[in-house]
Amino acid sequence: MSEEYRYDYRTVEGFILSAIVWAVVGLVVGLLISIQMFAPAFNFNAWTAFGRMRTVHTNILGFGLGVGAIFGIAYYITMRLTKRPLVFPRLARVQLWLFNAGIALALVTLAMGYTQSLEYAEMEWPLDVAIVILWVMFAVNVIGTIIVRREEQMYISLWYLISTVVGVAVLYIVNNLSIPAGLLKSYHLFAGVNSANVEWWYGHNVVGFVFTMPILAMFYYFLPRSTGLPIFSHRLSIVAFWSLVFGYLWTGAHHLVYTPLPDWIQTLGIVFTLFLIAPSWGSVVNGYYTIGEDWSKMRTSYLAKFFVLGITFYGLQTVQGPTQALRVVSQLIHYTDWVPGHVHMGTMGWVALTVTASIYYVVAKMYGTEIYSEKLANAHFWLVLVGQIVFSVTMWITGIQQGAMWKATTAEGTLKYTFMEGLVKNYPYWHLRALGGVIFIVGMLLFVWNVLMTIKKGRELEAGGRAAAPAAA
Amino acid sequence: MAGEIYKKPIAFTLLVVVTVLAGSIVMMAYPMMRPDMHPKLETLKPFTPLQLAGRDLYQREGCVNCHTQTVRPLKSEVLRYGDYSKAGEFAYDRPFLWGSKRTGPDLAREGGKRPDAWHLAHFENPKAMEPRSNMPAYTWLKPAKVDAAATKRHMDALGLPYTAQQIQDLGQRTELDAMVAYMQWLGTAVPRKLSGAVVALEAVNPLAGNPAAIARGAKVYADKCAVCHQDDLKGMEGAFPGLLEKDEFLEEHPDMADGAYFVLIYGGSDAKAIIGRKGEPGGGMTAFGSELSRDDIWSVVAFIRSERAKQR
Repeated sequence: MSEEYRYDYRTVEGFILSAIVWAVVGLVVGLLISIQMFAPAFNFNAWTAFGRMRTVHTNILGFGLGVGAIFGIAYYITMRLTKRPLVFPRLARVQLWLFNAGIALALVTLAMGYTQSLEYAEMEWPLDVAIVILWVMFAVNVIGTIIVRREEQMYISLWYLISTVVGVAVLYIVNNLSIPAGLLKSYHLFAGVNSANVEWWYGHNVVGFVFTMPILAMFYYFLPRSTGLPIFSHRLSIVAFWSLVFGYLWTGAHHLVYTPLPDWIQTLGIVFTLFLIAPSWGSVVNGYYTIGEDWSKMRTSYLAKFFVLGITFYGLQTVQGPTQALRVVSQLIHYTDWVPGHVHMGTMGWVALTVTASIYYVVAKMYGTEIYSEKLANAHFWLVLVGQIVFSVTMWITGIQQGAMWKATTAEGTLKYTFMEGLVKNYPYWHLRALGGVIFIVGMLLFVWNVLMTIKKGRELEAGGRAAAPAAA
Repeated sequence: MAGEIYKKPIAFTLLVVVTVLAGSIVMMAYPMMRPDMHPKLETLKPFTPLQLAGRDLYQREGCVNCHTQTVRPLKSEVLRYGDYSKAGEFAYDRPFLWGSKRTGPDLAREGGKRPDAWHLAHFENPKAMEPRSNMPAYTWLKPAKVDAAATKRHMDALGLPYTAQQIQDLGQRTELDAMVAYMQWLGTAVPRKLSGAVVALEAVNPLAGNPAAIARGAKVYADKCAVCHQDDLKGMEGAFPGLLEKDEFLEEHPDMADGAYFVLIYGGSDAKAIIGRKGEPGGGMTAFGSELSRDDIWSVVAFIRSERAKQR
C-alpha cells in the first residue's frame, strides 16, 4: 500500500473515531431525555432541560455520528472504487478538524438555547456557514476524486454519494436562508405557511439524503464486499436510484397533513410518498436477492446479518412512512409517540446497523487485519436489535393509544378524555422505551470497544511490520 | 448511450442536479410565488416587543419540541383546543412554530384561555397545577430580566413597529413576564367562540342537592379549581375571585342560574360575553369544557351551591 493511501486512511480513521465519540455523547443525551419524559426532576437546569437536550440529541447523532461516519466511509468507498487516493488529502484533513470544531460548537450553542427552531436545521447561522464550507470541501474531494478516477465505470455506491453531495447542498442552503439579528440569532427568511413548507421540504429530504442515500451507498458496497456475492441486479439498482432521487423531493408536505398548508401541496406530497415505496423496495429486493444467492453467508460472515437486518428495517420503514402519510392514518398517529417510534426504527435499525457494520469492515481492512472480536460484534448486533425493537414497538403502541384517546368523544359530543388522562397512560411505555435505550446503548458501547481494540491491534501490527521490514516502503 | 452516463461523472452530477430540482421547484419554489402561501388575517396583530421577547424565549427553551401550534380541522381537536388554525394567522411567524410532537397540549389557541396568574404559577412549577405533568419547571425565567437591547435589535431585523417607551419598559420585565405575554398572544387573531354542546342558560342542575354528586364535585373542585379559587373557595385577592360571597359576578347577578354556572365553567372567559359579564383582556377563567364531563361540571356546581348554603 502506498504512503498516499495510508495518509488518506488516517483521515478516514479520524472521521470514524470522531463519529464514535459523538455517538457516545448523543446516545447518553438520548437516554437522559427519554428519562425526562417520565421524570421531570431530571431537567436539572436550563442547559439540561428537555427542550434544549432533545435538539442536542438529534443534532449530535445526526450530524456528529451520522455525517461524521458518512464523511469517513464515503472517502474510503470513493478511494476503493476510483482506485486512487483523494485528490485533496490535506483538504480532507482540514475538513476533519473543522467538522469536530463545528459539532463541538453545535453542542455548546444548542445547550445554551441558540436555535433556529427548524427541525434538523437548528444550528444558528454562523454554524450554517461553517457547514456549507465543510460540505464544499467534501464535494470537491468526492467529485474531484471521481473525475480523475482510475476505473472507468462508476459503481452504484458512487451514484448515491454524488446524489448525497448534491441533495444536501441544495436543501441545506435554501432552508437555512435567514435574517441575521445578532451573532447567534436569526429569523427564517420565510414566514408562516411558507416557512413550514420550506422546512419540511428540507426536513424530510435531509432524512433522505443523509440517512438514506449515503447509507445505501454503504449497503451496495459493503454487502457484496463482506459476503463475496455480487449485487443481484444492476438494472434494478439503476431504476431504483433515479426514481428515488427524483421522488424524494416531492414528499416533504406529508409532515404537514391537516395543517393550514394548501391542500394541493399536501395531496401531491402524499401521492409521491406512496410512489416512493417502489424505489425503496427496489433496493430492498436487490439486497434480498443478493443474499438469496447464498443464505449461508448469514452464518459465515458476521457482517452479513447487519446488512440484511438493516435493509429489512429500511423496507419496513419505507412502508410504514408512506402509510403514515395517508390522511386517515395521519390524523390518528401524527404528533403522538408513534412518530419517534417510526424515526428510531430508521435510525437505530437501518442506519445504525449499516453504519456500524461498515465501520467494522473498514477499520479491519485499513490495517489488513480482522476485527478484534466477532463474538463482541455478535453481542453488539443482538443488543442493538432488541433495544431498537423494544423502543419502536412500545412507542407504536402508546402512540396509537394516545391518538385514540385524543380523538375519543362521548355520545353527548364532548371529549371523553382530558389531555392529562392521555398523557399519564404513556408513562409505562416511556419506562420501557428508556429500557430499550439502555439495551441499545450497551450494544453500541460494545461496538465502540471493538472498534478501538481493532485499531489498537492494527497499529501494533503496523508498527511490528515496519520494524520487521524497514526498507519495504 | 444510456450506460455512458455512468462513465461521465460531470454529466452524471448535472443530471442529478436536474432530477433533484424538479420536485423542489414544484413543491417548494413555485408555491412561494402563489398568494395562498402568504395570507394574512386582518385581525392579526404583529408582536409587541414584550411578546417577541417571549417568542424568542419560547424558541430558546425548545418549547416547540413538545408543543404544537396548529389545531387540525378535526372534530376532537376543535373541541379540545378551539377553532382550527388558519393560514393567515402565521404571517409574522419566522420561523413557523407548528412543531411535530404533542408531548404537551397544542398551544395554538392558548391566548386568553387562562389567566396570567395561572401561567406564572405553572411555569414556576407545573406539578402544582397538574400533579402528574411531565413538564420541566422553568424556574430560571423569573429571576432573569428581558434583554431590551437584543429585543430591539430583533424587532428591527423583523421590521416590526414599536415605540421607544415599549423598549424602555422591557428592562423592568422578567423573562417569565415575556413568556406569558407570548402565551396570551397565541391564536388571538381568530375570535374565540364556544364550541361543542352547551346547555341553556336557564337550565336547572339535574344533580342539585345529590350527595354523591356533591362529593364528586368536591373531588373535581380539588383537582381543577382549588389551584386558583383555593381550597376554601375564597379565591386570592386581586387574582382569583372567591366563590362564596365576594364574587363580583354574584353581586351583579345574585340569582345566577345553574345553566349559567355550567356555561361559565364549560367555556371559561369565552362564556362571559354570553352570560352578560365582560371578558377580561389577557385571560380570566379557564375553559374546562374539554377536560370535564357534563356530570363533572354539574357536580361542581352542586358542590359550590352546597358550600354557599353552609355559609348562610
